[in-house]
Amino acid sequence: MNVFFHIGRYFMLLFKVFAKPEKKKVYYKQFMIEIQNIGINSIGIVVIISTFIGAVITLQTAYNTENPFLPKYLIGLGCRDSLILEFSSTMIALILAGKVGSSIASELGTMRVTEQIDALEIMGVNSASFLILPKILAAVIFNPLLTMISISVGVFGGWLAVLATGVVSSEDFIYGIQYAFIPFYITYAMIKTVFFAFIITSVSSYHGYFVSGGSLEVGKSSTRAVVYSSIVILLFNVILTQLLLS
Amino acid sequence: MIEARNISKHFGKLKVLDNISVKFEEGKTNLIIGQSGSGKTVFLKCLIGLFDPEEGEVIYDDIIFNKLNFSAKKEIRKKIGMMFQGGALFDSATVEENILYPLNMFTKMSYEEKLDRVNFCLNRVNIINANHLYPSEISGGMKKRVALARAMAVKPEYLFCDEPNSGLDPKTAIVIDNLIKEITEEFHITTIVNTHDMNSVMEIGAMVIFIYEGKKYWEGTNNEILHTDNKELNEFVFANNLAKQVKKFH
Repeated sequence: MNVFFHIGRYFMLLFKVFAKPEKKKVYYKQFMIEIQNIGINSIGIVVIISTFIGAVITLQTAYNTENPFLPKYLIGLGCRDSLILEFSSTMIALILAGKVGSSIASELGTMRVTEQIDALEIMGVNSASFLILPKILAAVIFNPLLTMISISVGVFGGWLAVLATGVVSSEDFIYGIQYAFIPFYITYAMIKTVFFAFIITSVSSYHGYFVSGGSLEVGKSSTRAVVYSSIVILLFNVILTQLLLS
Repeated sequence: MIEARNISKHFGKLKVLDNISVKFEEGKTNLIIGQSGSGKTVFLKCLIGLFDPEEGEVIYDDIIFNKLNFSAKKEIRKKIGMMFQGGALFDSATVEENILYPLNMFTKMSYEEKLDRVNFCLNRVNIINANHLYPSEISGGMKKRVALARAMAVKPEYLFCDEPNSGLDPKTAIVIDNLIKEITEEFHITTIVNTHDMNSVMEIGAMVIFIYEGKKYWEGTNNEILHTDNKELNEFVFANNLAKQVKKFH
């Protein structure tokens, strides 16, 4: 019954979040702040992780495909498709669930326990919409860009690993990353990214918005936000993969 | 005019407010007193619509506030200023931005007019050269004063203060009490203050309501409070040795 209570309350919150904004100028300012907080501030971690993961995927593929009958360019192809299909959308989403999700939950949780959300309500502001909608929009709009950055930087990382170790020639790797490219995979990655961005921001906001108590509960809500966002992301990863690739 | 009629509020099986009715005096400082956990804050939050009472009515100028929808409530909220216990200043905004906030939401003033209003409010609560400081950079007493400035920014008809001098030293607490009293009289605001500070009661309480275990036990003026024979109120008022001495003296 507890699960149904939370699901019901989550959708009621979303209903409040998507109510028509009244002062659009104030929302726009808030949206730009969230683009900075959620999007631009995540570029660094996405670049670092994607570079190393691209390199590791390349090396692992190379060391596990020593069969002479397999063409060497498959290493580049493996690196590219692994990044597009799974890493840059799902794994980056899980990482952002940790970084952005915990930040959102603790921000809203702190605002709740220090009565800042009550203060907004007293000023006649739809606090759920004002605080959460810009976060959702910022993530849904900016995260596809993060995914594109991740794919590009990941492939570049793989190429750097090739240059540094010589497991395959640079020409073979570059040929591989262009070989049998299926454009729909990019669409698939983008669709997943948009869903995951929505999940990260809305689930984390839900956990932060309904905190009651003190700093201990804010900490717990932050942890719950990461755990539940990750679980829902993994669940939707399976559902979307089946729906889009079957 | 604000009136509460038969307000009851539960949290689960716990009854926090039990059939409270009160008519607050217009243009005066009304105090709600009671020990911690008596239901003062819940009652105040019912009055301003942050909690919905299960039973009863909150009435502002003959309009039943708690039965209104969000947008209709917003019209009444334009007339309300609220000073929260911890100030509830927005951490990510400067002092100036905090006070600009209700002006941005509720008024169509130009930026210059809003800035004038911000500076007027800050001057009124004796804060100078702090416009660009963040809440984390100012003291507890200043936070309360900024919160009061924010509450009075939209020229409210009703001012609510939840334990305005909790956590403050006695001298600063008196400054805050006096500011509330002065602002109430100067702008003819109906002010409702939650407190358990007896000094506030004696300094600013034109009308006092005593809540005990979720029920209204007593109502009167701050002079009458010293001579009441209400057992629970006497236990609350004369809890410390100094108060007992005062009572003996009287």
